[in-house]
Amino acid sequence: MSHVLLIEDEPNIAEAIRFILTRDGWSVSTLQDGAAAMAAVHDQKPDIVILDLMLPGRSGLEIVESLRADPATHGLPVLMLTAKGAGREREAAERAGVSQFMTKPFSNADILASVRALAGR
Amino acid sequence: MPFNILVLTCVTYVALLFLVAFVAERRAGIGRARWLRSPAVYTLSLSVYCTAWTFYGAVGYAARSGLEFLTIYLGPTLVFIGWWWVLRKLVRIGRKQRVTSIADLISSRFGKSNLLGVIVTLLSVVAMTPYIALQLQSVTQSFGVFASGTPEGWALPNRDATAIWVAAGLALFSILFGTRKLDAKEQHHGVVTAIAVEAVVKLVALLAVGGFVVWGLADGPSDIFRRITESPISDWELQPDRWFGLMFVSAAAVISLPRMFHVMVVEGGDESHLGRASWAFPAYLMLMSLFIVPIAVVGLERMPSSANPDMFVLTLPLQEGQGALAMLAFLGGFSSATSMVIVEAIALATMVSNHVVMPVWLRLRPDVAMTGDVRGVVLMARRVSIIAILALGYGYYRMSGGSTALASIGLIAFVGAAQVLPAMLGGIFWRGASRFGAGLGLLMGLIVWAYTLFLPSFGDDGVIPAHVFALGPFGIGWLRPQALFGVSGMDPLVHAIVWSMVLNASAFALGSIFSFPGPVERMQGAAFVNVFDEDQTGPQGWARGKAEPETLLMMAGRILGEEPALGFFEAEARRQGKAGFLPDATPEFVELLERRLAGSVGAATAHAMISQIVGRAAVTVEELMAVANETAQIMEYSARLEAQQDELTRTARQLREANEKLTQLSIQKDAFLSQISHELRTPMTSIRAFSEILTEGDLPPGMVAQYGRIIHDEAIRLTRLLDDLLDLSVLENGTVQLNLGLANIQTLLDKALAAAGSTKPERVFTIIRDLPSENLFVRTDADRLLQVFINLISNARKYCDSDSPELKITVRQRAGRVSVDFIDNGKGIPKESQAIIFEKFARLSDQSRAGGAGLGLAICREVMANLGGSVSYLPGQGGAAFRATLPLRLDRKLA
Repeated sequence: MSHVLLIEDEPNIAEAIRFILTRDGWSVSTLQDGAAAMAAVHDQKPDIVILDLMLPGRSGLEIVESLRADPATHGLPVLMLTAKGAGREREAAERAGVSQFMTKPFSNADILASVRALAGR
Repeated sequence: MPFNILVLTCVTYVALLFLVAFVAERRAGIGRARWLRSPAVYTLSLSVYCTAWTFYGAVGYAARSGLEFLTIYLGPTLVFIGWWWVLRKLVRIGRKQRVTSIADLISSRFGKSNLLGVIVTLLSVVAMTPYIALQLQSVTQSFGVFASGTPEGWALPNRDATAIWVAAGLALFSILFGTRKLDAKEQHHGVVTAIAVEAVVKLVALLAVGGFVVWGLADGPSDIFRRITESPISDWELQPDRWFGLMFVSAAAVISLPRMFHVMVVEGGDESHLGRASWAFPAYLMLMSLFIVPIAVVGLERMPSSANPDMFVLTLPLQEGQGALAMLAFLGGFSSATSMVIVEAIALATMVSNHVVMPVWLRLRPDVAMTGDVRGVVLMARRVSIIAILALGYGYYRMSGGSTALASIGLIAFVGAAQVLPAMLGGIFWRGASRFGAGLGLLMGLIVWAYTLFLPSFGDDGVIPAHVFALGPFGIGWLRPQALFGVSGMDPLVHAIVWSMVLNASAFALGSIFSFPGPVERMQGAAFVNVFDEDQTGPQGWARGKAEPETLLMMAGRILGEEPALGFFEAEARRQGKAGFLPDATPEFVELLERRLAGSVGAATAHAMISQIVGRAAVTVEELMAVANETAQIMEYSARLEAQQDELTRTARQLREANEKLTQLSIQKDAFLSQISHELRTPMTSIRAFSEILTEGDLPPGMVAQYGRIIHDEAIRLTRLLDDLLDLSVLENGTVQLNLGLANIQTLLDKALAAAGSTKPERVFTIIRDLPSENLFVRTDADRLLQVFINLISNARKYCDSDSPELKITVRQRAGRVSVDFIDNGKGIPKESQAIIFEKFARLSDQSRAGGAGLGLAICREVMANLGGSVSYLPGQGGAAFRATLPLRLDRKLA
């Protein structure tokens, strides 16, 4: 069973994603604060990370940069979500090295497809 | 007359004075004190010149030395009639520079030098101590006269006990009414009013005794004139040297005695009152002196030769069985003594606290300007000084044994006070006068006065051994205390006056000529000498922009009090064309602030405190040139240029601020779209995801209900956001419908506190309120005001980051407006953010998402504007602090 680490501070959105992925056969653990992200990644060794752009503690962009800088997590697939307008944020996210960028609101099918694609399934 | 009645009357009279002072303070407090500051009260307050020495001692003086006593009245009369322009200049300088005492005047004039302040303070305390002792002595003596005249034979068993009671009572009065609060201007309405009442009492008493003597004991004026001609008094010949010397020294004293300076310049400050006083005060003195000779003549005739002529005013009515009249005379003498001691103690205490205690305190703990309780220390220093000064007076009285004739002690004090005269007059008329010269002159005067008059007054072998009088110290003949430089045969008093004044003035003049004044001295010199030229108050070399206005505000708050400081800063900010409470720290503003502080703690201390924050003042060459160049044309030209420059600077500042604001607004407009998108998309995401999940079906019923509730909650969150946006748009357009009615602030705050939920319910949040002050009805839109209160309180609950969070709510009512302050104890809002927090979506950090879309304060601002009020950030309160102000009664027209 592949593991997803979901870092999202809006509890309702986190619950929706958790439900969709669990139903599809993923194991999902959630985190609300950006500060603990790196520790959680090293701890859980997820197959894929879903990350909100604006997080308390540490911003999504910073987390991606750290992940990319670390050889152990250099190639880890990262799906970034944001409720902010697409343009500038998307550029910044791509520069930081996210695998895929997705704006809220999204359709359940889209997010499922993206996660499957990123995990190579 | 039974002695008990005397004590009773005395206590009643004192109680009456307390009442008068209390009522005056009270009326001044509520702003109905016009008559308290009338020319009449001013003139009467000047009568502290007439002490117990004048009241009792003048008769004794006349009995011993004939008409010489008149000099004591003539000196001041000449000053007030002929030299009132000098007084006017002093009063104007006092008001402009906010002078707190004569020591402060000298210190401020000579470059805000604290050393000079200390010298003048020392001189004053030394010279005035015997004078205060003299007052205690006269009260005790008059008690004694009554006591010995009573049939019960109540002879004061303990003379010292009487004196100590009197001293303690006077200390209490001075502390109660002289150090109640620390004002930007040293004005004590209670004290001045009580002094004015006492002035009337002593005049009436002396006139009553005089009338009784002329028409009761003698057969009217013609009989009195005949008796005067026959009496030994008329045989006294005038000694021209003493006559001139005494007149000079009393003229000097009326300006330079600490208490005279205090009532004339510090308490007064209205030049128009001087016009009235310039004839009314001499008239008062004339009336006081009218019956002195008749009382002395009749006293010498009727009283036994052993009787003390100093007490004739009292003993004559007593011997003639006029108990009530004697009582009145006693109260007159009592009034003279008490009013002098009270004012002198307050004036000296102000000097000691501002020039000795504060500088030492600042030196020991340089950080106190920002952190310490400056007001508390100043007031405590004054209270302790008052007690110490009276204790000194009492000590001197005990030591001297109260035997010396009244007049001689008074004259010694006069000559001592007169030593300030050269530095003072030189300072206000001669720009070349320097600090070095003033210090040299003052020290020289102090030494010569002490050596030739003060120390010898303790008698042969008192302090100075007898052989020194005869042969001089170490046998140096020309240093004999009463025959300096071999000039012998002079009257000791005149000898002291001549030598002290000559040496003092010469040292002052030579010292000034051969020294080079510093920049601050030159600036102050110009400001003093040219005080009547308007627009003379240029900047004094404070560096531009070195100080944080907020730091200055905090310091000002510690000295002036929070409210006055905020008011002053707000007014100055408005004058600079800025909104809010913080003006730019321009050199002009810092200068103004320094003067304001000087009114409380003296020029030298205020200068030192500002220097700690702004850095040392450096006067530029241009500023010096501006002062040095006096030609009218250039002055006017530069004034016009300056006005234009000011205008340009103001416009430029306004433009710059408008531009900054526009840039910020434009950035915010961009951010607005992004923000609103974010705020709308977040709930939308949950709604979409869960509705898709629900449509797909096959969920257990429990989860259907749970996910349905989430959709419902998020929909409500969306609605609330839209409501806020719409609300704001309506408020901004001014199309809002207000529902006006009476509302109670306390009830609204209760409701708001209940409604403003905590995001961290586990924290204990302390609310500090003052319920009585909140019980206030306002006519406004209660729901709208409640909305603002809820917003401000929940902000504090969300953002206050203290470990034991507190919110203090203060309600004040003033001039038809109500202000409600919400002050928490967190770390507050950073200075750079204070300007934008009232803008839409101005949540200070994206990271700390405490809920809400960042519209709360923007709505508050618009609501308060619609209610005819405002909400603003109060800087310098420690934590985050907001003040909502609104009119007590909102008109429908306004709404």
